[in-house]
Amino acid sequence: MPNTVISIAILAMGGEGGGVLADWIVDLAEHAGYFAQSTSVPGVAQRTGATIYYVEIFPSTNSVNEENLKPVLSLMPVPGHVDIVIASELMEAGRAIQRGLVSRDKTTLIASSHRVYSMTEKIAMGDGRIDSQQLISAASDAANRFVCADYAKLAHESGSLISAVLFGALAGVQLLPLARDQFEAAIQRGGVGIESSMAAFAAGFDSVNLGDTSDHVSVPVSSQLGPALAKLAKRIEQSFPSASHKFLYAGMIRLADYQDVDYASDYIDRLEPILELEKLNRDKKYRLLCETARYLALWMSYEDAVRVADLKIRKQRFERITRDVGCKKNQLLELEEFFHPRIEEIADIMPSSLGRWLLSSKIALRIKMGGRVVKTSSICGFLQLYLIAGLRRWRRGSLRFGVEQKRVLAWLENIKAVATTDYELAISLTESQRLIKGYGDTHHRGNANYEAVLGALPRVRMKDIPSATLKSLILAALADESGNALKKALQAL
Amino acid sequence: MAERSFRQEVGKLRLKAGEEFRGEGILAVAKALLQSGVTYVAGYQGSPISHLMDVFADANDLLMELGIRFEHSASEATAAATLAASVNYPLRGAITFKSTVGTNVAADALANLASGGVTGGALIIVGEDYGEGSSIMQERSHAFAMKSQIWLLDPRPDLPSIVRAVEKGFELSEASNTPVMLELRVRACHVHGSFIAKNNLRAGFTLADAMEQPVRDVSRIVLPPASFLHEREKVEKRWPAAINFIRKAGLNEFLGEGNAEIGIIVQGGLFNTLNRSLELLGLSDVFGRCRLPLYVLNVTYPIVDDEVHRFCSGKRAVLMVEEGQPEFIEHNLNTIIRRLDLGTRVFGKQFFPQAGEYTATVMAKALLEFLEAYQPDLIQGRSNLENSTKGNSSIDPLVHPRPPSFCTGCPERPIFSAMKLVERELGQHHVSCDIGCHLFSILPPFNIGAATMGYGLGWASAAAFNTPNTERRTISVMGDGGFWHNGLTSGVGNAVFNKSDGVLVVVDNRYTAATGGQDILSSTAQNSLRTTNQPIESAISGVGVDWIRTVRRTYSVDQMRSVLREALTTKHKGPKVIVAQSECMLNKQRRIKPMMRKLAKEGHRVVRERFGVDSDVCTGDHSCIRLSGCPSLSIKDNPDPLRSDPVAHVTDSCVGCGLCGEVAQAAVLCPSFYRASIVSNPTPWDRFKSVIANALIGFLQKRNERRLSQ
Repeated sequence: MPNTVISIAILAMGGEGGGVLADWIVDLAEHAGYFAQSTSVPGVAQRTGATIYYVEIFPSTNSVNEENLKPVLSLMPVPGHVDIVIASELMEAGRAIQRGLVSRDKTTLIASSHRVYSMTEKIAMGDGRIDSQQLISAASDAANRFVCADYAKLAHESGSLISAVLFGALAGVQLLPLARDQFEAAIQRGGVGIESSMAAFAAGFDSVNLGDTSDHVSVPVSSQLGPALAKLAKRIEQSFPSASHKFLYAGMIRLADYQDVDYASDYIDRLEPILELEKLNRDKKYRLLCETARYLALWMSYEDAVRVADLKIRKQRFERITRDVGCKKNQLLELEEFFHPRIEEIADIMPSSLGRWLLSSKIALRIKMGGRVVKTSSICGFLQLYLIAGLRRWRRGSLRFGVEQKRVLAWLENIKAVATTDYELAISLTESQRLIKGYGDTHHRGNANYEAVLGALPRVRMKDIPSATLKSLILAALADESGNALKKALQAL
Repeated sequence: MAERSFRQEVGKLRLKAGEEFRGEGILAVAKALLQSGVTYVAGYQGSPISHLMDVFADANDLLMELGIRFEHSASEATAAATLAASVNYPLRGAITFKSTVGTNVAADALANLASGGVTGGALIIVGEDYGEGSSIMQERSHAFAMKSQIWLLDPRPDLPSIVRAVEKGFELSEASNTPVMLELRVRACHVHGSFIAKNNLRAGFTLADAMEQPVRDVSRIVLPPASFLHEREKVEKRWPAAINFIRKAGLNEFLGEGNAEIGIIVQGGLFNTLNRSLELLGLSDVFGRCRLPLYVLNVTYPIVDDEVHRFCSGKRAVLMVEEGQPEFIEHNLNTIIRRLDLGTRVFGKQFFPQAGEYTATVMAKALLEFLEAYQPDLIQGRSNLENSTKGNSSIDPLVHPRPPSFCTGCPERPIFSAMKLVERELGQHHVSCDIGCHLFSILPPFNIGAATMGYGLGWASAAAFNTPNTERRTISVMGDGGFWHNGLTSGVGNAVFNKSDGVLVVVDNRYTAATGGQDILSSTAQNSLRTTNQPIESAISGVGVDWIRTVRRTYSVDQMRSVLREALTTKHKGPKVIVAQSECMLNKQRRIKPMMRKLAKEGHRVVRERFGVDSDVCTGDHSCIRLSGCPSLSIKDNPDPLRSDPVAHVTDSCVGCGLCGEVAQAAVLCPSFYRASIVSNPTPWDRFKSVIANALIGFLQKRNERRLSQ
């Protein structure tokens, strides 16, 4: 490979402006009097698929040979011989490495640290995401120089596309024998959205020296508590180990928010026996307590129509959406919700006896409930939800409440019973709550899976490592929607 | 009108002699056609030659000035048949399509054309969709050239060579009365480069001249006895004429240093990659000055025996660099060398992989083996090669494939969401697919579809599944592009005639979307050059289908589902067709975005819609994603400290198509979705309503806040 040719591979997804970036680079080089060639294999990949654009620059202005020959440039990147790889997203950086385009002795890898999740990651029933840190460290290992920042964020902030930020970063790494103003001139010649592109370019250029300044810290649990909850918090502080505080606080706040302070107090009462068990086990991390605290809070705050209505009408939500959708001061925001209540959900929030009657009544089952769109930003729509949310006061008497409390208690009893003999299995058991989530059909399916997994508990306990077996059953239940994986796993027991 | 506008590029087509053309390979071909005095151009769009069609569509004024007829052919067969104009008249014509799929469709006309031969130059420009980025079966156009005796050009992938191939291609065609095929690989079509232009040429003999003084010559028509004479003429007259022309014009190139005992023969299109791999081994430089003799075949069919003789004489061995299989050229070389009784050994697939694209790494490996066997002292860059063969598989688990998929807001997605929901009720059905964007249904998250047999053949490929022994019906899918291409006859007509009981879904998105959004008969756009607005339903009903349902908005999943359910369960016997209409979102956005921006700027009331997910309501099951797969519907960290599974999330790119909400309702999923309508320049009435509502809502929200701060 001649040292005289500079090779640049751009890995992008359809619609990200990878082609624009390649065009800018070619234009930049040609205006400097260099010979440049670019090509790509867009094909159907332009429809959101992964695409590679490849540019070669021969940075010499005069013909260095007597026959006046033109350079013969390659139409595809050669693994091990690429100077600069630009990846518009972190997994695409991984793809460049996988294809051997990034080499330790040669390649500068410029990659955005943000993720555009693959279909495989998105469709998982639980968490199917690849760990970004692993990709970042693989990239650091593979490249000669690894330049990484959240370029998508920078693009968003400057109201432009990621291609302009990446072009800035390319200028920032100073590997091309061209100055910053030459890069900027190329953008200006492009002629579309110059102002925002220039801002994005500058952000990309500066990021090279500053590195990734984005913070990945999650929002801490609110520490500002009202007087009633402060009392409960004190109780947690005094009688529970500090390792578990994080979960108990979060659970307490959630349940007070969900129902009332009494309900939060019930929650803590229910965790007392687990704390007793921990004392026997002497697990310094109090894992069982923590996990039970987490899943118990989730179960006790099961999703019903009252909860959904309550969450939908909040002030913070209105503010958050206004922010998220970028609604400006001189614009109006209208909000509509999509509901599909079934008779079951209506019965759930009715008083137990009435709800039970409704479900068993033949007439009621014949009522066809259609989808409803409720406009929360209108008085009428807001009031509907406000009234439903107000049913919270009578929730304790509702059909669903009774059912869920019974099931929660049974689950807790199970955990307690198992914990005395098999601590690890008890931890796995807490996790079974993960299966119950969603609404309507999804919730129904999750429940059925939960019952099936719990039903297998006696058989699980006969295995060598029951906790691992139970965990694998839970994962199998989350593996597919049809329940085939779980069925297979249960048969294999 | 196509997805991309080529107004700017049209200017390049007007460049005069001596000016420098800078741009894409396939656009250089367009300019070369004009420089060659072409009188008609036809074709069927498809990667990688769509841009040639699109730039001509935008260059109508220029074409009129030059007296050129340009057609968007109904199919590749139509395009190929168009070349009949060059049979009797000295008219230069060119056609273009994606190969080998398009060549398959065109084969009948091409074979007839090649049999009778041509008077005017006839050029068939094929985009060889082979290797990385290809969306079709991996085959060679070479086979078609050989079987019909059409000369095949495979020029070096730089603009001057490509332009020369077009110009010389016409001359070769006329000199040998044979159509010529110009093969351009994907990267060559999209390569950016430059060449020095010539003036455009207006043909001396025009279409009008031909129409006013018609000529007929029975000896050019494929019917016995002429057809038998044609075969003789092909080998006795046209072949020698072609060989003569190729030699005299020097279409093939002898490069490199001439006196080594070994040499390399390469298809012109692979030259740049070969040179890069030779550079890796220290055998060439960036200017292509190779230290080995090279014979570059810019014409890959026919092979010129004399030139092979000249190149191979005195050589112990030659390496044939020929991509794809079967290795027709290698076979041909062996035959020539055996007949000439030369001692040269020919190596090709012995060192090269039998199948797959020839990358620089693949080539360098084969070269190395060849050199080690014949001239090991020449090898210099072994370590270079080691660098380039190192893949990195440890990262495999971290990298998921990212296949193409339906775009954000695509109207085809809800059709398959509905199909999935119907599947839940009625069980699985055999689903027969077609070619087009809708084929992405075979991939996650939909996983729908069992086979695809070709463009417009969606319903035809379910033809066997018609038996009274089951109540279950098959579902076939066809795009509007495939429908007009041939599906109306091969699918719909066939189903009517054979009393099929199957169900067809015609995806009517108003463009041939997958090829770049070109117009077709049923497009609703007003197109000054073409006739549009011809309803698909009329055509279907015209061939005798009496069960037709039209869904005017595919996004209403509920309606889509009921229509599908009805089609699959109705007592009505006979073919059933559902026409599912909604405009291709990619093209729609391109159309309306600038319009909306302009209206808002002018102070008109404009509403932008987009969807969102309430993170605290979403429980992280992702059912919605499994039923939609929209790129703008993604996931993000769960803000809830107690939950670990990520929540669904709608990104900025959302175009507010409404599918999320519709699916959530139709599938009874969850109430997390909301639609936000952002009203720019609201009317006084809007403002009044909003002030009143906000006052009450604000009051109630404050009350609620008090409870929460207990």
